[in-house]
Amino acid sequence: MSTYSLSDGLASGAPRLSRTPVLASWLRESGVGVLASIAWMAFGLSCLWWEDLGDWSRTHSLGIAAFIVAAIALFGTVGADYLGSAGKALRQRAPWLVALGAFLTLWEVATAKFAWLPLPFFPPPQSIIEVYTDDLPKLLDSVFASVKLQLGGYLIGATVGFLTGVSIGWSRAVGYWVHPVLRFIGPLPATAWLPIAFFTFPSSWSASTFLIALATGFPVTVLTWSGVASVSNAYYDVARTLGAKPSFLVLKVAIPAALPHVFVGLFMGLGSSFAVLVVAEMIGVKAGLGWYLQWAQGWAAYANMYAALIVMSLLCSGAITLLFSIRDRLLVWQKGTVKW
Amino acid sequence: MVAATALAEITTPPAAGAALDIEQVSHAFDIDGVELPVLSDVSLSVEPGEFVALLGPSGCGKSTLLRLVAGLDKPGAGSLREDEVRIRRPHPSRVVVFQDPTLFPWRTVWDNVALGLEAQGILKSQRHRVDDALDLVGLSDFCTAYPHQLSGGMAQRVALARALVNDPKILILDEPLGKLDSLTRITMQAELVSLWQRKGFTTLLVTHDAEEALVLANRVIVFSDRPARVKADIRVDRPYPRHRGDPYLADLRRQILGLLGLDATW
Ligand SMILES: Nc1ncnc2c1ncn2[C@@H]1O[C@H](COP(=O)(O)OP(=O)(O)O)[C@@H](O)[C@H]1O
Ligand SMILES: [Mg+2]
Repeated sequence: MSTYSLSDGLASGAPRLSRTPVLASWLRESGVGVLASIAWMAFGLSCLWWEDLGDWSRTHSLGIAAFIVAAIALFGTVGADYLGSAGKALRQRAPWLVALGAFLTLWEVATAKFAWLPLPFFPPPQSIIEVYTDDLPKLLDSVFASVKLQLGGYLIGATVGFLTGVSIGWSRAVGYWVHPVLRFIGPLPATAWLPIAFFTFPSSWSASTFLIALATGFPVTVLTWSGVASVSNAYYDVARTLGAKPSFLVLKVAIPAALPHVFVGLFMGLGSSFAVLVVAEMIGVKAGLGWYLQWAQGWAAYANMYAALIVMSLLCSGAITLLFSIRDRLLVWQKGTVKW
Repeated sequence: MVAATALAEITTPPAAGAALDIEQVSHAFDIDGVELPVLSDVSLSVEPGEFVALLGPSGCGKSTLLRLVAGLDKPGAGSLREDEVRIRRPHPSRVVVFQDPTLFPWRTVWDNVALGLEAQGILKSQRHRVDDALDLVGLSDFCTAYPHQLSGGMAQRVALARALVNDPKILILDEPLGKLDSLTRITMQAELVSLWQRKGFTTLLVTHDAEEALVLANRVIVFSDRPARVKADIRVDRPYPRHRGDPYLADLRRQILGLLGLDATW
């Protein structure tokens, strides 16, 4: 499949010339790894060299961890030839390790050691590590609550949106009634319903589920509909001459042909439902990462906020990755798809 | 009931062709309130197993006639009958191969060929017919490929296999070779004739190539400009395989090109 990914460009795939001096070729292949190791050693040193300006308990462990990463980077890249695919993967990512090590060093020095950045608002790396180790149960509870809410709302919204989209695309009568409603209500941001939803629904949880479903459902409906409507008549003609009944035309012609559109809708729905999730958790639901953020802000616990943000972005990115892999599996027949 | 017919299909020899009667068919399209007559009183009687080529200027209404035979559209006036039964809707006994292969891009080659049997709900017991059809067009090795991985000629062969797997009584071909390069075309013309001779189905072939019509068909129908009328009905009594250089065919070709308004000295 003709896909392009960032890492391809960084691969050390240049053919080795036999005349090149050994040292030069060694430098080219392992030099970045050595640099990465130096960057992480610098991070470790920056943790341990100076005294912390504040009272953080994980500074020492973080410094040790940085040295361990430095050791792995060094031996992993220098000895990559003996480590198989793991070594190759490490070599490919070495430039990123350099950047990350340098960034962490700078962050450490600018916050914990010299406070070039105002302190409570810019917590050092060790204080974020501290959140993960000391506030783990609460964070995990929040993750669980968020995932549950998001998953329920998204699945309901995607299912209803898909079925509505297929019905509008297929049946003129359904389109006549649903289309105006869709035009009137669809473009409204789901968050605009928040105040009404929270007092009309029996619980804030069901209200939030409804809003997430709404945010997901609109793009999925519209794109499924346009996908079904744009299926070429030639496909229907072929299927009909081969003896297809209407149910076959819907299930085996219209829906598979519309699937690429449906996935565009699913991606859009995922994005807008994340926004609704966070807002709903901040305002009404007393659980989840949005609520955790709100709570941390109330206590001026800035490290907790950054920690929660990092988790949130990992979750959102994970959800998108999952959707991409489902799409790649279902749409193997398409050529030239984008790699996430 | 289903089992009984399935059994009958296995034990009886390949379905022979059906007779086709087109009786005083006229058809018109409505374009923004203006009536566009496309077929004008077309009558044509095709014997079972005959190979009939339809020739006519571009846009005269040939494809429209084929859609009526397939049952995809209803004629404005007149009637069409397959073996004395009025054609009202599509049926797998009359299968069309269009100019574009229109393979379903989300299905593998095998699944594309299986389409007809699947739609009729008899795929489970008849899977071997799909394999046979793929063998027939020489694409068994590509059964797991997707359409975008095929060349134009291969795609058209898959479309042919998808039609043949249904053992049609009437095979309807709408310029199926029109977009192929000349080498592939000549090969597929030969394949088409040998398939037709083996299976015995009635064939209706639209083409814009007089030579192709004469090499393949028993009978060539020449249509007038739109609205299409039957201008000439020419028998081609020559044994197969035919040779392009045959003076008899060359003579007919001159005659046909004359009918189509082209310089007779060509
Ligand atoms: N569905 C349609 N609606 C309106 N006009 C059509 C339609 N299909 C074909 N026509 C018109 O009918 C005429 C004959 O078309 P067609 O049968 O495709 O010609 P051809 O002989 O080239 O196959 C053309 O002028 C075309 O524009
Ligand atoms: Mg045509």
